[in-house]
Amino acid sequence: MPFVSPKSQQREYDVIVVGSGAAGGQTAYTLCMEGARVLMLEAGRRYAPESETAMFQTPDLAPLAGVGTPQKPFGFYDATVDGGWQVPGEPYVRTTEDHGGRFDWWRARMLGGRTNHWGRISLRNGPYDFKPKSRDGLGFDWPITYEDVAPYYDKVELLIGVYGSNEGLENTPNSPPGCLLPPPKPIVADYAIARSARGLGIPVIAGHRAVLTRALDHRSNPQRIHPGNARAQGILAADMQARAPCLWATPCGRGCSIRANYQSTTVHLPPALAAGNLDITTDAMVYEVTLGPDGKASGVNFVDRTTGKHEQARARVVVLAASACESARILLNSKSAHFPDGLANSSGKVGRYIMDTVGSDVWGQVPLLESLPPLNEDGADGHAYYMPWWLYKEQLAGKLGFARGYHVEFSGGRRMPGPETGRRLEWLTGGNYGTKFKQDVRRYYGSFVYFSGRGEMIPNEHSYCEIDPGGVKDKWGIPVLRFHWQWSDHETRQAAHMQRTFGDIITAMGGKPHEIETDGAKAILPGGLIIHEVGGAIMGADPKVSVTNQWCQTWDVPNLFVTDGAVFPSNADKNPTLTIMAVAWRAADHILERLRRKEL
Amino acid sequence: MDRRTTIKWMLAASAAWPAWRSAAGQAGHGTALRQPPAGPGYGTDPDLVTPHQRGEFWPLTLSAAQRRLAAVLSDLIIPADQHSPSASTVGVVEFIDEWVSAPYPDHQRDRPIVLDGLTWLDAQAARRGAKGFAQLDAATQTAICDSICDATRATAELREAARFFALYRDLTAAGFYSSPAGRRDLGYLGNVPLTSFEGAPPELLKKLNLT
Repeated sequence: MPFVSPKSQQREYDVIVVGSGAAGGQTAYTLCMEGARVLMLEAGRRYAPESETAMFQTPDLAPLAGVGTPQKPFGFYDATVDGGWQVPGEPYVRTTEDHGGRFDWWRARMLGGRTNHWGRISLRNGPYDFKPKSRDGLGFDWPITYEDVAPYYDKVELLIGVYGSNEGLENTPNSPPGCLLPPPKPIVADYAIARSARGLGIPVIAGHRAVLTRALDHRSNPQRIHPGNARAQGILAADMQARAPCLWATPCGRGCSIRANYQSTTVHLPPALAAGNLDITTDAMVYEVTLGPDGKASGVNFVDRTTGKHEQARARVVVLAASACESARILLNSKSAHFPDGLANSSGKVGRYIMDTVGSDVWGQVPLLESLPPLNEDGADGHAYYMPWWLYKEQLAGKLGFARGYHVEFSGGRRMPGPETGRRLEWLTGGNYGTKFKQDVRRYYGSFVYFSGRGEMIPNEHSYCEIDPGGVKDKWGIPVLRFHWQWSDHETRQAAHMQRTFGDIITAMGGKPHEIETDGAKAILPGGLIIHEVGGAIMGADPKVSVTNQWCQTWDVPNLFVTDGAVFPSNADKNPTLTIMAVAWRAADHILERLRRKEL
Repeated sequence: MDRRTTIKWMLAASAAWPAWRSAAGQAGHGTALRQPPAGPGYGTDPDLVTPHQRGEFWPLTLSAAQRRLAAVLSDLIIPADQHSPSASTVGVVEFIDEWVSAPYPDHQRDRPIVLDGLTWLDAQAARRGAKGFAQLDAATQTAICDSICDATRATAELREAARFFALYRDLTAAGFYSSPAGRRDLGYLGNVPLTSFEGAPPELLKKLNLT
């Protein structure tokens, strides 16, 4: 019985995994496929993408034509349930509401967490990204190199299915043969954007996203993922065949009932459950890691959200994968005589160095793309192409005024009309209405292009979370986090650079940017809005200034691990999810080895 | 227009536009998405796969007279033509009613703009001796709309009315292009399962000089 209530849990497990998203899903998958008995605790409800995903529903069938609201911030049909920047009954506190100093904390209280709705962009960190301090003197190096993580990137790509291409560009790693699926074919807007960007010296290459552009190789991949483990290979091969390739319709953010893209609930959990070693308890809000008299973690305490009762679970190893800030919160709330400032916090670094991604967007209108013939341009939900960071040398030479790079996600085309269609066209139409307005909407439909810069933030001493000193608690009585946030000039100048660059590309296309904000402090989106928050329990080589070692093992408590984004000592421009999975897999392999040697 | 309404309109105009998803698939970034709703709304875990009716989650609140006026104005903005029917015939009035009746911050902000704007239109008709805007002849209706259809050209005393018109045009378009008739009008061919996706047709790329 894989889904268990607190009462039907076993007395003890090998490993408790707190969280079921990219980190928890990957950790549990690796452990269960290799024979460990795992209890997964998820704060949100059970969620079944096969039956709950709005695959072809149109906006006219949704309230408010499906626009985002505080209860469904990414739109009515977005996969997220019980999530958002505000979760009822689960407040948090921040030191300011100002644009530049606020942090908004996204949570997704559901099985699979935010992997159900994420953008599926799956970029590898490059060699520079693991050693940023060695390169420019800022922030922190990871205690591991690209070569340490590369085999795990390979495995993750083989397991979840990532499309892309190998271009051999600087700090933009290739994947070994057979790891990547073919990228989707570009649409007209992609070609138009690529031509103009390349004319400006900006590379445009295939995007990398966790979408099956064809079925995974169920003969070869399982052998490469689980060498020497015939049982795991068989389970995975069967599951891979149950995943259908993309049907080239409906946005990935809604989730995918045919399992054509990666979400923990459709990729990690089914084979882990089939292996027979995984128990999952949903609605289990973990708030504390318990400590035994031997100084080792003995398990966790959690609130059963369906009954409000406090419950306990026990295991030989505890893994926190609850999302960066939630994992930090659990550690900070786990106070004892040994650890009066929170568990595994002898360094004082738990909650420190929270980073998000620098985000800034520009859109514009391009006459070349007006009044094109009707075409189905849904594709794989866009992102056939992207622009990797291209100014490494100029940056290192100090010519840019900011130290770290960004990549560019862009889109265009004749996407499904909806509540945004025809909106705010005055800048193009002079405010007409009537028959002329309808003609103009037809003319301009599909002629807009959208650019999103996603860049690296350098960790700083002013961006962190702590237990709210004002004593605010959530509805279960668990003390909440207070966030402090500050950008440095490196981030705001980068945001201004994004704005200028995107304006240049649109202009080079013969188009008009809608608005360019050259003041970086205004152009940068507030902290937490890109939902790439990492840090809070960073890994390092020195126990005095980091929380975990290179294996995600806390320095202070040998059988306590943190495998989510909390351990990131830097936050490269590359979206963090693929790296979260690769680092979690590496940590889980280490746990397995230590369990076999009876060291944990 | 009274002072209270004017101030409300000024405040509304300075606030960020509703944080709609753009075609880029990005969530909007307005702070309104990060504020609690003023009522229960549809909750954080609504049924996503069953079609929903207007008024299912919160009561619709426009009066019969307001709905009549809303229909007239929507159809001035999106009339029937050879490609598609008029806005009011595809449910746009019900959409706007649902919108201004919703408990969310963006919608609560829009509500007084729409209601005051409808009142303003009838007041203009009254000044011309008519019972209401709906009863004016088409030429007079058009003349009033012409005076407020572009906020950048509107005179100072009409600026608030122009902001109302811009919002109302956006809402009309939102309701219309979300409907099956709106999708057909634009020749949208997607949202159907395919066995392969071929991307841009080579002959079109050639014509656009993009090869």
